[in-house]
Amino acid sequence: METWWLALTFRLGYNTSLVTLGTMLLGAGAGMIGSFILLRKRSLVSDAISHATLPGLALAFIVVGLIQGDGRWLPALLVGAAGSAAFGLWAVQRISERTRLGEDAAIGAVLSTFFAFGVVLITVIQAMPVSGQAGLTGYLVGATAGMVAAEAQLIALCALGVLLAVLVWRRSFLMVCFDAEFARTQGLHTGRVDLAMLALLMVVVVIGLKVTGLILIVALTIIPPVTARFWTDRPLHMVILAALLGILAGYLGVTLSSVTEGLPTGPLIVLSAFGLFFVSFLFSPRRGVLASLLAHQRFRRRVHLRQGLLAVARDEPIFDNLTLRILQRRGYLRRDGVPTAPGRAAARDAEHEERLWALYRECQPEDALQQEHSGLTPIASVLSPDAIMTLEAQLPPNGKQEARR
Amino acid sequence: MSDFFMFSLVPLAVAVVIGMTCALLGNFLVLRRQSLIGDAISHVALPGIVASFILTGMLASGAMMLGAGVSALVTVVMIELIRRLGRVEVSAAMGVTFTSLFALGVLLLEWHDAAGVHLDVEHALYGNLESLIWFEGTGPYALFDPLALAELPPQLARVVLVGGLVVAFVAVFRRHLVLGSFDADFAASVRARPALVDLLLVSLVAVAAIAAFEAVGSIIVIAMFICPAAAARLMTDRLGAQIAWSQGFAVVASVLGYVLAGYGPGWLGFDASLSAAGMIATVAGLLLLATCLWGRRRHPAEA
Repeated sequence: METWWLALTFRLGYNTSLVTLGTMLLGAGAGMIGSFILLRKRSLVSDAISHATLPGLALAFIVVGLIQGDGRWLPALLVGAAGSAAFGLWAVQRISERTRLGEDAAIGAVLSTFFAFGVVLITVIQAMPVSGQAGLTGYLVGATAGMVAAEAQLIALCALGVLLAVLVWRRSFLMVCFDAEFARTQGLHTGRVDLAMLALLMVVVVIGLKVTGLILIVALTIIPPVTARFWTDRPLHMVILAALLGILAGYLGVTLSSVTEGLPTGPLIVLSAFGLFFVSFLFSPRRGVLASLLAHQRFRRRVHLRQGLLAVARDEPIFDNLTLRILQRRGYLRRDGVPTAPGRAAARDAEHEERLWALYRECQPEDALQQEHSGLTPIASVLSPDAIMTLEAQLPPNGKQEARR
Repeated sequence: MSDFFMFSLVPLAVAVVIGMTCALLGNFLVLRRQSLIGDAISHVALPGIVASFILTGMLASGAMMLGAGVSALVTVVMIELIRRLGRVEVSAAMGVTFTSLFALGVLLLEWHDAAGVHLDVEHALYGNLESLIWFEGTGPYALFDPLALAELPPQLARVVLVGGLVVAFVAVFRRHLVLGSFDADFAASVRARPALVDLLLVSLVAVAAIAAFEAVGSIIVIAMFICPAAAARLMTDRLGAQIAWSQGFAVVASVLGYVLAGYGPGWLGFDASLSAAGMIATVAGLLLLATCLWGRRRHPAEA
């Protein structure tokens, strides 16, 4: 607990602090670019990218290993990873554009084949007299423990670059995400914008390899944006929020993993992100499960109230228990089921409202279709007072409504 | 020759059976554009297996299968819940679910590493096809020797059982599967129960993934769910023919991949062998590449 507090306050040494900062920047970059990818409905493309890095990593390791005997040299590994990821990305694009296969099949095929080829290359490496082989498996699930300052700085620098690029291009990204057709009419080269988005995603995935490992970096590009979506309906807010959530997840994950020896960083970052997601999923005031349940309950009560009042106005018997309970609690019904004076008044109002709506729908069906009417919206909130006056003037005297139809 | 029976026959048979089983189910996944459900499920088998290990304290395959099955079920339910209640797009819901569960699996695994367990992430990913040695398989006559046959690695019987189960499922629900794959609304209107068949399909995908997971690792499973079926899709417009093609591709990929991994380096003069599971999946991908370039029906339908 104490170690965690030290880590949280950046007092656990220069190296740990640097790793923490680098991871936070990575989380921010992943959250931002991931938001655009989510809006473009292509979240799992990052899965294909991340798996496709393995053969490049392994090849770079072999080449560097043959030259200097030890394959662990981060820049070369990152370049190799980026190369094969770009190739995989290109393959996904080509397969989903040029053949009849869907993007899901393209993603699945690319990720499994590339990863499998990477595994084959790893067995090649195991047969080679190259040291530092254990360093390579670290890229599968990530390892920040052995990270040196230079590596953390490189990651932080790349993440910063991604942040800036997203800030500069945010308008075109948004336009393409929401309406690619419109973006084209505005003279935007949508193909190129898509490519820029995917390239940034690739950079994030590649630099994230070292931190969370290639399977879990996907999580950082998906979970924070999905979480952010629970809290806002405005795209730019969502991007910022996703970045903040990514930062928070990185911060919590790295600091938690420094509590005890041997706790893996990647999974802890992902699980922190998932924790944030889960809280939002339950408690977000807009789209959370709890809010939806409450809204549903409220809606149900309003429907029962309205139907009950209409039944009172038409002197029909009420059998539904919930309706009875609601009416009684509001003081509209006595315990024996006889309506009270306020109850009769409310019933008359409800009936009047219902007849106005019916008349409105009859006279102006087109306009009425435009209004979202669930039978509960007060008509005064939809029409102007004089429009209601006109309607009321047209209203037939009570009881003759049936005859008019 | 006796080497072949001892070291290669069983792995080869397991690879072929798993390849064909996965490819058969894969046909429907590809048609339904649900290819990635196989990916998600094979990732979450890890936490299931680790959890069952921690609970039972041993690597009994029955408990592991159960654990993996439960985790697959949890995944499907979680994806649906997040999608419906949270109104999250399906691929994102999938991404959230399987990455989190996989992270949980890795965390549990590393946590328990101190106990000196032989169970690691790499093993789960690559599998260990080469370790399926048939010690009694000293020659062709062993195939007819009940004593020797009793010593066959249990994985073989398991994958054959699962394969039979999958074939039976497809045979029984053929019409339902086809209807649901092409037009779920119509299927619902003629009471073909698309939702139920969907659930059954996903459960069988999980069963196949888990059976294969133990023997060959998860990466080959994902490849076999998608690549042969996708390649077959580029060869023909008829479902029956597509299934036949996918089975053919699966057999070719398994045999060719296994041979290349086992003997390929030897031909080049190196004394080593490569990951058979990885090579099989790579060959499957190359077959798909070939059909993407030259398949008879590769072009998208004219709009």
